[in-house]
Amino acid sequence: MDSLTDKIRTLCTGLLKDGKVDMIVGFKKGTIPMSSCPCVARTPEQAKELIWDSNCTLNLANYLTNRKEKIGVVAKGCDSRNIVNHIIENKVTRENLYIIGVPCDGMVDKRKIRALFNDDITLFSEENNKLFVETASEKKELDKQDFLKNNCTTCIHRNPVIYDELAADPVEEQKIENRFADVIKIENMSSDDKWNYFNDLIKDCIRCYACRNACPLCYCPTCFVDESNPQWVGKGQDINDVRTFHLLRAYHCAGRCTDCGACEEACPMDIHVRAFTRKLVKDSCEIFDWEPGLDPNKRPALDTFNPDDPDGFIK
Amino acid sequence: MKVIKIDKQNWTGGIDKSRENYQIFGPVKDKEHFVFKKLNLKEYPDMENALSVLSPKSILFPQSEKILAASLDESQDDHHIMKRVATDYSPRAVIGIMPCDAKAVQLVKLNFDTDDYRDPYWCDAYEATTFVGLAVNKPSIYDFTLSMGSGPFAEEGLDVLLVDCKDHFLAKVLSEKGDAFLKASGFTSEADADKSAKLINEIKNQAEKAIDAEKVKTEKLKEKSLLELHGASFWEDLSFSCINCGTCTFVCPTCWCFDIQDETKGKKAVRFRNWDSCMSPLFTLHASSHNPRAEKVQRVRQRFMHKLKYFVDKYDQGTMCVGCGRCVVHCPVNIDIREICNTMNSYEAEQA
Ligand code: SF4
Ligand code: SF4
Ligand code: SF4
Ligand code: SF4
Repeated sequence: MDSLTDKIRTLCTGLLKDGKVDMIVGFKKGTIPMSSCPCVARTPEQAKELIWDSNCTLNLANYLTNRKEKIGVVAKGCDSRNIVNHIIENKVTRENLYIIGVPCDGMVDKRKIRALFNDDITLFSEENNKLFVETASEKKELDKQDFLKNNCTTCIHRNPVIYDELAADPVEEQKIENRFADVIKIENMSSDDKWNYFNDLIKDCIRCYACRNACPLCYCPTCFVDESNPQWVGKGQDINDVRTFHLLRAYHCAGRCTDCGACEEACPMDIHVRAFTRKLVKDSCEIFDWEPGLDPNKRPALDTFNPDDPDGFIK
Repeated sequence: MKVIKIDKQNWTGGIDKSRENYQIFGPVKDKEHFVFKKLNLKEYPDMENALSVLSPKSILFPQSEKILAASLDESQDDHHIMKRVATDYSPRAVIGIMPCDAKAVQLVKLNFDTDDYRDPYWCDAYEATTFVGLAVNKPSIYDFTLSMGSGPFAEEGLDVLLVDCKDHFLAKVLSEKGDAFLKASGFTSEADADKSAKLINEIKNQAEKAIDAEKVKTEKLKEKSLLELHGASFWEDLSFSCINCGTCTFVCPTCWCFDIQDETKGKKAVRFRNWDSCMSPLFTLHASSHNPRAEKVQRVRQRFMHKLKYFVDKYDQGTMCVGCGRCVVHCPVNIDIREICNTMNSYEAEQA
């Protein structure tokens, strides 16, 4: 990891020095253990603060939306796929980006790790797929593999799909046997069980919208939940309104969601919001043979019309 | 000062007894995190000082509160007249609240209970509530209460302060309300005042030592020029990572902003009050469609200027942050108020 940090710093310092970009979007070290902070570096000096580790979980494509500068961006596999989405959806142009791709071997789930300890974590470090975690009273050595974020365990695009330069050699892609086992489990539930499952899932939602705001796909100038004239959705804690928010948000991500997990990472209430979007990832895969964010030259599934469409209703 | 000794083996029995006269609120574990809620029979507050994700402010100021209602049925004499809805303001006790969260209630009171205006919903709930705090023997690494005018054993805003002494609690009685609650719980055995004061002090010193009070500085905030801070160039980069999710304001015990919403269904109309957040663009959107805080940087600046400068200047009661550390833990992009506070406190205007 340290070598990745060094490499990213060297590349970014160079880009800024040579005037190839106006700014770098990357991560800097967070102020608390197991955190990182998305940041902007405009000078070679600032680029020395960039880091890379297993806590660089959020999706940096989110910080590129509608920007006009020439930007160097540090991108792991999923970030790169959302950059492709952004290019397709005209939120940023390829020419304005210099993509520093980071082959990724997964991010860690800080909640799973915190749950192992009684006290606050005071130190976190990693080396060769081992994690070293300390609290005031305990010390543990963990296998990174066992503490990956949920979405990282089923990721099949760890290597950036689009880049100008790679910060390291590509990593081996995972062979996942049953990539949608979790979705199938829900699909197999009875209607009542599904209803209860999703109601229970969102019962603690405080409608802070961190899930929406952390997602690079959610860039509408006014989100439907914020629309006040006319107002589409009630703003209180009524379960119908909360459910409406979640279902509509998910559908707006259909055929676009890369399963990067930023939504879940951001949620303060630990709500597994990907339970909604995963179904749509599976459907776009199975019905349309479509994996979002792989090719900037292909139009997305919900954006194309095919005269040979097997579904009669569309003709 | 009166101090009551409560043997832990009598604790749940006392809580049960108090239920005859009080609704009991407290922190409990739900799924993976702690929440403050109204406890059902056989539910007892967790007494380990776990930092709940949301603060207990919702006990007086629910996230979504029905305040007024009207009938739209024109055959009724009082149709379209908004009336206050019936709400249960019978006595309630919040047990296990952290001292900093109790201080936060006093800060929120400055907003809801003024000489000119008394917010009936908040004030009625406040008057019905007894605050039974639990001193924090082992502060979390996020706790910076000592820098923000509170502390792990602070008493402001509490009616009782419980101190965990292994096999028993010592309960410092801080008000008549507190005295009444302890009596209603059957906790009446008085401890030796001097001895217990000494013991409490020892535990307190130990707890305070665990917090680095020098880490966050506030002493110069008041003398700084408001306009210079407002115009400082650091806001731009500092706000870069913010996704304007509002999490920091929702988890905060002192954030008091709200929105009013009317909803109708059939012949019924209801007026709600919902938490709102200065981090949301909609918060300041005018009917004219002008938005005085249209940019993210303005919204981020507002949150921190309000907590650490406007409030300081307006009320002269310290900062509008009690140092609970919730926003530090839960901000998804690690915007850390401790650092921002230090940046503001040490800010020197840039030379033009
Ligand atoms: S981030 Fe979590 S709590 Fe906030 S709106 Fe999304 S699901 Fe709800
Ligand atoms: S919905 Fe969640 S997982 Fe999908 S792209 Fe958005 S943030 Fe990533
Ligand atoms: S400071 Fe953090 S928690 Fe607050 S709105 Fe910004 S991103 Fe969300
Ligand atoms: S601003 Fe943050 S640390 Fe301060 S009281 Fe609010 S949530 Fe707690």
